[in-house]
Amino acid sequence: MAVTEQHPPCALCVATQKVLAAVLPVLAVVGVIVAIWYAAALGMNRGWTLDVAERQGVELTRGEIWRDAMVQERPRLPAPHQVAQELWTTTYGEDFFRERRGEMRANPRSLFFHAYQTLAPTILGFVIGTLAGMILAVAIVHNRAMDMSVMPWAIASQTIPILAIAPIVIVVLNAIGLVGLVPKSLISAYLSFFPVVVGMVKGLRAPAVMDMDLLRTYSASRIETFWKLRLPASVPFLFTSLKVAIAAALVGTIVAEMPTGARFGLGARLLTGSYYGQTIQIWSALFMAAICAAMLVGLIGFIERMTLRRMGLDR
Amino acid sequence: MSTTRQPLHNWVWPGVVFVVIAVILVMDWRLASIAAVWLIAWMINTILARNETTGASILVPVIFGLTLLTLWELAVRLFEVSPVILPAPTEIAVAFGANTSTLWADFVQTIIRGALVGYVIGCGAAFVTALAIDRSSFLERGLLPVGNFIAVLPIVGTAPIFVMWFGFGPSSKIAVVVAMVFFPMLINAVQGLKASEAMQRDLMHTYAANYWQSLIKLRLPTALPFLFNGLKICTTLALIGAIVAEFFGSPTVGMGFRIKIEVGRLAMDMVWAEITVAAIAGSGFYGLIALLERELTFWHPSQRRG
Repeated sequence: MAVTEQHPPCALCVATQKVLAAVLPVLAVVGVIVAIWYAAALGMNRGWTLDVAERQGVELTRGEIWRDAMVQERPRLPAPHQVAQELWTTTYGEDFFRERRGEMRANPRSLFFHAYQTLAPTILGFVIGTLAGMILAVAIVHNRAMDMSVMPWAIASQTIPILAIAPIVIVVLNAIGLVGLVPKSLISAYLSFFPVVVGMVKGLRAPAVMDMDLLRTYSASRIETFWKLRLPASVPFLFTSLKVAIAAALVGTIVAEMPTGARFGLGARLLTGSYYGQTIQIWSALFMAAICAAMLVGLIGFIERMTLRRMGLDR
Repeated sequence: MSTTRQPLHNWVWPGVVFVVIAVILVMDWRLASIAAVWLIAWMINTILARNETTGASILVPVIFGLTLLTLWELAVRLFEVSPVILPAPTEIAVAFGANTSTLWADFVQTIIRGALVGYVIGCGAAFVTALAIDRSSFLERGLLPVGNFIAVLPIVGTAPIFVMWFGFGPSSKIAVVVAMVFFPMLINAVQGLKASEAMQRDLMHTYAANYWQSLIKLRLPTALPFLFNGLKICTTLALIGAIVAEFFGSPTVGMGFRIKIEVGRLAMDMVWAEITVAAIAGSGFYGLIALLERELTFWHPSQRRG
């Protein structure tokens, strides 16, 4: 046969190749980071090991020093496996509820419980902030006076490091009787409303002049234009901002928990860890926060893909 | 249609204002006076906003801001809010004027020696890393997803760790700021370095331009809008990092330290004075970068005027 039959490349091989090409470099970088981490843990913890050995008058071989640097109770930098172990024992090793004084209560030893304490205000704040941001954006797009007076201040409000004074806001709100979920979520809402306003305003103004003109020739009212053209056009912009907003909301809650004497929550874990020098606890709280952030952003990303596919906007 | 609508506007607004104020007046005269100030200011703004002049575009936000301050003052005075909860703007101004030397010392400690140094180091390091990532596609495929992931993490949480490592002085604040600004800046810089179009790069290629020439003459200028975007985001992050880090330990000077101490003493006017300093510093810092952006990227569509 003169013409060789060209096999289409098998779909599975192509898929595997694609996944490998995407995953290998990431794995390599993560591997390097873990290696650097171990090296840093060794470098930062061996001083303590040598101190103890000197005080006891013991000579240590290099291997013993290395081993000790990895298993200290309060290392300057815990090794990755120590953090992983702490994460495991405080999540799956602890019950979410335990019996205390005859009734079932949430177990403050469980990291899931602390994560829940942080996630609840985060999500409430995110919802409040998103709704406020959307309403503000609609008003800004439809009212020139709103646009001219609110927009500059919305931008200025974000150049103020509000996050740094979040604890004070919490103290003040506590003083007027607001405790628990609400003060924390107000901080989250304040942080998450701005990305939503900016993204939504951009999105509502995204329709081309041609599209707007078409609706005018249909003699569509402003409300009809809003529902049929502006709102659908703003959805991709909205989702991009929502991902930023939910990450910001989480940061807001954690910082709000920090120096206010909050007893539960990831921020409180960080603070008590730093008071008592429990470095492993600090790092495991940090990783829990990271996992939460990744999950929240991933969730929004998933909803984004689903919605855009339904709307036929995905690429 | 607009011709029939226009005369309506002339009396509808004052009418609505009058009715609303009258209704609230029946309930509470204090609320009514606050509502009156708000609605009258809003009416002035609505009328001013019809002008297209630059004067109006400055005046309208200024009036809006002044209105908010007046409302704050009125609310605190009329409802006799305890200064322990919320001091009035005038009280804050008095505290600000009386403690300028303390505020200045805190500003130098936190902003100049902490945030600014960390900002320069962090953004510089991120830019150099972006150049390295740009040259190697393996690094790009490996580091970028990791960087994207880390950029959304609550990095402020590393503050207690850095304070533990680097002590109470400015170096721990610098470390926190560097950690906070690095990844947002990195992502923007990498994106910016890819912003030039294939056609433009091909043109540089036909000129036999080497890597550095095309970097300086083409790719850096096209990257500038992205770089400035990152730089602007990082201004606020830097201030946040420096102040939050001070909550975990600091020498007896600094904005975070002062806020923590004065809250303990219930001297809320001083706390708000410190917040005012933070607000001015933050807006000024951001404004400076925005001004620089306008000077350097005057060619970009987003900067065009008129």
